[in-house]
Amino acid sequence: MASLEAVEVDYVRGRALGPFDLALAAAEIVALVGPSGCGKSTALRLLAGLESPTQGRVRRSAVRGETSVVFQAPTLAPWQSALANVALPLELAGVDRRVARERAGDVLRRVGLADAAEARPAQLSGGMAMRASLARALVTDPRLLLLDEPFAALDEITRRNLADDVLALWSERRPAIVFVTHNVEEAVYMASRVVVISRGPGRVAGAVSTPGPVPRPADYRLSPEFRHGVEAVSRILVHSYGGQA
Amino acid sequence: MKARLAPALLIVVLLLIWEAACRVMNVPLYFLPPPSAIFAALAANASLLAVSAMRTLLMALEALAVASLCATVVSLGISFSRALERAVRPIAVGLQVTPVVAIAPLVVIWAGVDHPGRAIVALAAVVAFFPIFSGVTSGLAAADPDLERLFKLYEASRWDTLVRLRLPSALPFILEGHKVAAGLAIIGAVVAEFVAGSGGAQGLAWRILEAGNRLKTAEMFAAILVLAVMASALHFVFQAMERRALSWWRGR
Repeated sequence: MASLEAVEVDYVRGRALGPFDLALAAAEIVALVGPSGCGKSTALRLLAGLESPTQGRVRRSAVRGETSVVFQAPTLAPWQSALANVALPLELAGVDRRVARERAGDVLRRVGLADAAEARPAQLSGGMAMRASLARALVTDPRLLLLDEPFAALDEITRRNLADDVLALWSERRPAIVFVTHNVEEAVYMASRVVVISRGPGRVAGAVSTPGPVPRPADYRLSPEFRHGVEAVSRILVHSYGGQA
Repeated sequence: MKARLAPALLIVVLLLIWEAACRVMNVPLYFLPPPSAIFAALAANASLLAVSAMRTLLMALEALAVASLCATVVSLGISFSRALERAVRPIAVGLQVTPVVAIAPLVVIWAGVDHPGRAIVALAAVVAFFPIFSGVTSGLAAADPDLERLFKLYEASRWDTLVRLRLPSALPFILEGHKVAAGLAIIGAVVAEFVAGSGGAQGLAWRILEAGNRLKTAEMFAAILVLAVMASALHFVFQAMERRALSWWRGR
């Protein structure tokens, strides 16, 4: 699907990432966990093709139009309605405006924002704005979905609901998902594989497979699989950060 | 209500003190006329002042339109090239820091001594150019970096990036630039008319000059009062337009 092979990224202020490897299978959900400044977002931008590595290779079988990104902030244009924001990727790709808005309306319905189509981003709550942002990412029907700490600014209940929504949406079309988080429980809950990144410049400190059905059953957070997953990830964090993560 | 009444009350009190001081100290009329004399001069010259105010206002607005057009075109032009922007910026700054009074005689010569109106509009436009240029230029570069990434990800054309991202993102800056420029255009129009020094344009500056030459100080004050009221009104109009446009832009 996509892979990073021994990539290194150097900025003016020093190395941000690497050497770093990550291979992603189709329909796989991978979480990248690590502290701020470890290069998680850089890895995501490499996968999106928004940045090039200083060393190493990036392979992507998904072409540009099949990759979508959701950023930490909703990143909606304040001067446009939710509907117009969601339709943007299609309109940029040259899809007829009416068709684009129709499809945008469908996706808004899928994320539970049918009634907010005409609302401006400023009129949406944080969770609703994030859903609109997610809808914009889904409107192109991507094969690779990249989420950069998409729930970081939301309260715990909202982020749990959104996590379930993302998994439900995933089961419809099964895109490969890479998402960045610093929340261990969220990573274990959502991903089938959690990759822990070391302190910057980021390297793979360890990886944990988290089995279990997706979408997660209601009591998944109480299950032994979940607990074991969280423990395993925490163990890697303690080993690579001395418990300071 | 109290907050709105306070400034009006202060003005009334100050005027009363002024009036009383003039009367008690017997200040000569040509030196400092009391407010009552100024209001009398205002009433006596109302129609003449209104015509002159309209002339100054029209010249300022014309200059604002010219400046807006030129500044927007130049800003858009250089937004496509970093090198071009670097090249143009020092010239624009140089133009801005050179006092308008210094270049006024030149422009009067170029516009032709018979066309002071043209010279005044040109000079006021020079003054009004910079805030708009600066607003559009920084506005075009102020788009949300993540939205920029999104446009890059979806391989948006330069045109789409400009009209769907850069220009809308620049709107608050453009509005602010126009509001500042409107005030400067009035100042520019008045200064330029002073320097042109002829009665050809018959604006408010000429009314002040001419009344001054005759030592009609009350008439000078009346013209200055009209100028101040007009400039404030223009400022408030632009501020109101800016607020409205911004609340639409923000969506609340």
